[in-house]
Amino acid sequence: MSEVKKIATRVSYGNALVELGKEHEDLVVLTADLAAATKTGIFQKAFPDRHINCGIAECNMTDIAAGMSLTGKVPFCSSFAMFSAGRAFEQVRNSIGYPHLNVKIGATHAGISVGEDGASHQCNEDIALMRTIPGMTIISPADDVEARAAVKAAYEYKGPVYLRFGRAGVPVFNDEATYRFEMGKGIVLREGKDVTIVATGLTVPESMEAAKLLEKEGIDAEVINIHTIKPIDEELIIASAKKTGRVVTAEEHSVIGGLGSAVCDVLCEKQPTLVKKIGMQDVFGESGSASALIHKYKLDAEGIFEQVKEWLK
Amino acid sequence: MDNLELKKTANEIRKGIVTAVHAAKAGHPGGSLSCADIMTYLYFEEMNIDPSNPGKEDRDRFVLSKGHCAPALYSALAHRGYFPVEELTTLRKLGSRLQGHPCMQHTPGVDMSSGSLGQGVSVATGMALSAKMSNYPFRVYTMLGDGELAEGQVWEAAMFAGFKKLDNLVYIIDNNGLQIDGPITEVCDSNPIDKKFEAFNFHVIRINAHDFDEIRSAFKEARETKGMPTAIIAKSIKGKGVSFMENSVAWHGVAPNDEEYAIAMADLEKVGDALCQK
Repeated sequence: MSEVKKIATRVSYGNALVELGKEHEDLVVLTADLAAATKTGIFQKAFPDRHINCGIAECNMTDIAAGMSLTGKVPFCSSFAMFSAGRAFEQVRNSIGYPHLNVKIGATHAGISVGEDGASHQCNEDIALMRTIPGMTIISPADDVEARAAVKAAYEYKGPVYLRFGRAGVPVFNDEATYRFEMGKGIVLREGKDVTIVATGLTVPESMEAAKLLEKEGIDAEVINIHTIKPIDEELIIASAKKTGRVVTAEEHSVIGGLGSAVCDVLCEKQPTLVKKIGMQDVFGESGSASALIHKYKLDAEGIFEQVKEWLK
Repeated sequence: MDNLELKKTANEIRKGIVTAVHAAKAGHPGGSLSCADIMTYLYFEEMNIDPSNPGKEDRDRFVLSKGHCAPALYSALAHRGYFPVEELTTLRKLGSRLQGHPCMQHTPGVDMSSGSLGQGVSVATGMALSAKMSNYPFRVYTMLGDGELAEGQVWEAAMFAGFKKLDNLVYIIDNNGLQIDGPITEVCDSNPIDKKFEAFNFHVIRINAHDFDEIRSAFKEARETKGMPTAIIAKSIKGKGVSFMENSVAWHGVAPNDEEYAIAMADLEKVGDALCQK
């Protein structure tokens, strides 16, 4: 896919904030000394008065955002996923989730595609953590078009939203002109009858490529993009599982508690189906380039293809 | 309100605290009683609030960062007219609007849910920053415990508030000297509290938490302080007003039984009667 344009979804986040900031005076952006990395710096340049740098204090920042939301602002609270969901978990849980405040958590650098910084900064647990908070919406966009639409949708929705973005450039596969984001609705990118691959984030385009490889092996894969992990599109997942009888989930996240678990939670109660979970297999990441890591941990097209093929034997 | 009226009101609020905790058979009477006078002053004198319109936009905000002292907040709100005083006996019971720790969705007049120590301070600081950014006239108050000062987040918030020069913000430290595991000087000493807040660029005022002249002048001084937030370090007596609870660690988080409740109420009745003689 070398010919395809690549944009990191964290860049989409920064750009979307600027667009929204032009229309909405109440939008404020917070960061914890990561304006450049989380790309809120783009917003800071356009709206310096509405960009608040809280210093390296994510727990305080999270609750500052909570306080601002109680006084008429719509805060986008930005850090790395490791700190947004990890370090500040309890602040998100008790001061945003419990009172159901209108705070948007923009978490960048999710998953192993953080790359060279290594395991300490590669958050493969954020979806799992956020899923446990009642009333939390979780969005994991797959490309630039979807990410910008998701930020807009998060602003328009009243309530807490966790937005998951990546550091590495990912292919832009959605068409801006026709793309429509609907919170809570999955998107069937490819119809198939033999197996369903449910993917989120950067594994979406990889799963599409994997489906092409599977086709050559005579396996007709359906590919679903689940950008909203909570609330998840139960109807779509059940219908597809009913059709194909086999479900694979693919995510740049631990197989414990993430998309795979969310899909299993739906299927085990409503449409018992064998599920193969592709993701980080209960291990920490390591340093390396994003692409090398995605390859090593079998989250690229080749890795997904091989695991699906092997599983279906 | 003059000091006599404030004292009478505070005494009624103390009765409400003891009655609520007794009815709940659980809760935190010690720290609720120690902050009762300041809660009275905030809700009956200091804050611009309207019980008939709890959500009015320009109201002053209060966040009880030491959320376990919810009985003090609930009793103040009830006596101020946010909900019936009789409702205090539903504290902590299934279906009650009065949750064990403050919950803004349940209780009219509660500006923020709290209870996990260290967080309310940051939320209050965020409210104050928001007001500054939009030139809103309201002020923000938060009450924290001296044991709570061990939470690192308190100092994250204080560093930010001082740096941002939030002079519409007041931290009140209920300095009763006792926390659940013992005296603060034995658990993890937060002293010197005043020097810490000074170092974080706060205007620091030290008062006796049970003297309404000192309380009044402290809040006035806070309002007149420009360019920096204020920390009021209020030296208090844990369990204040109930003879057997005063200065006792044991009454941090225990409810009085029927017999103890009778003694506690008799203590407070006596104080009330004496005030009525004046």
